[in-house]
Amino acid sequence: MCVVCGCADNSAQHVHGHRHEHPPADAAEAPVRVNPANGDLHFGAGAARVSVPGMSQARAIKLETDILGANNRVAQQNRAHFEAHGVTALNLVSSPGSGKTTLLCATIEALKTHAPGLHVAVIEGDQQTSFDADRIRATGAPAIQVNTGKGCHLDAPMVSEAFAQLHSHDHHDHGPGHSHDHHHHDDAHSLLFIENVGNLVCPAVWDLGEAAKVAILSVTEGEDKPLKYPDMFAASQLMILNKTDLLPHVKFDVARCIELARRVNPAIEILQLSATTGEGMDAWLHWLDHAMGHGHHHHEEPDAEAVLRQRVQQLEAELAQARAALSVDAAL
Amino acid sequence: MHEASLAGGVLQLVEDTAVSEGFSRLLSLRLEAGQLAGVDVRALRFALESLAPGTVLDGALIEIEEPPGQAWCMGCGQTVAIAHRGDACPACGGYQLQPTGGMELRVIDMQVSDD
Repeated sequence: MCVVCGCADNSAQHVHGHRHEHPPADAAEAPVRVNPANGDLHFGAGAARVSVPGMSQARAIKLETDILGANNRVAQQNRAHFEAHGVTALNLVSSPGSGKTTLLCATIEALKTHAPGLHVAVIEGDQQTSFDADRIRATGAPAIQVNTGKGCHLDAPMVSEAFAQLHSHDHHDHGPGHSHDHHHHDDAHSLLFIENVGNLVCPAVWDLGEAAKVAILSVTEGEDKPLKYPDMFAASQLMILNKTDLLPHVKFDVARCIELARRVNPAIEILQLSATTGEGMDAWLHWLDHAMGHGHHHHEEPDAEAVLRQRVQQLEAELAQARAALSVDAAL
Repeated sequence: MHEASLAGGVLQLVEDTAVSEGFSRLLSLRLEAGQLAGVDVRALRFALESLAPGTVLDGALIEIEEPPGQAWCMGCGQTVAIAHRGDACPACGGYQLQPTGGMELRVIDMQVSDD
């Protein structure tokens, strides 16, 4: 589907005018096909494909289908695929210029010592250029650049294709229809960062099949962002406050930012760091360990009350959703 | 900007239904875009109207319902109405809210004609 005008024509030459025109060569999509030899008309070429004379009553068709259903189905396939290959996929979202790529480069470097042998790959999303993917590749990690053109967000099919590209460069090759119950000898966890298009609005709605969304906010952007772009922060599991080294030079109220983020997402986790100075990177690497499911013992006893509080929040959220689902069922 | 992609999704759903159900004309279409769905309904309508000419949507009446936002308030222990994420609970003024309704984004049903 074309991400600009939403039509089903994926050909390179279709134009995005105010009146949506398809090139004449694509006659198969026209509702009536004309046989050039004799002028015969074919009305069965259109979407309906049938003519049922005599049935002239209007009828209702119930669909009750999610508009994002197609994307979400592909996202679920991505999710299953990632799980089968031991991949922890993280969807990095933010406004342009928050420091996502710099953070990724610093993270990849840090992981070389923190977790040597860990396979890290990146899917980069931008409207144009491969600047970001080039920067990632310079660290030695594989990256695939996805250019969305006029599009403002990555969607699940794009990620599916990009992941296939990454995978096809591995030493083991897959046929197109491989099943998901095989185990690879080196599929013990790997990390996939998906750097979304810089945009605090649209990516919130498009599931890519990731394990979690990570929202990155830099201290030069103003502490009220979480409330101004609530959908994005509500959809994120973690908020990273980046560029903390600049705090002495900007008026940024960290406490208020955290408070606002918790208003739109009571369960959101928060990290503060500077990708350039390295401050706070340890906690981020620690978070990544947990995201990959590497359970380990904490030397100090964790704050039991905080852990319980978070668990209660989680359970209350689950209960609310279960209640909502029950009331929908009862209404049907 | 992404309302255009959503309109494309609607068109795809209707076209698929036209193939499976075999109708010739779409008379009307009912969509649901909840208050908390993250969709600008006006932009969606505009995108659908721009997309319609030459497609199965052409000439159809499009209705877009906007179910109100609802959330479970952990403070009050009840479901309350909220218009936007980040709003306070109207009953207790707190922010311990978990959205439970108004997040739908779907095609509900359509009226079609077979002639």
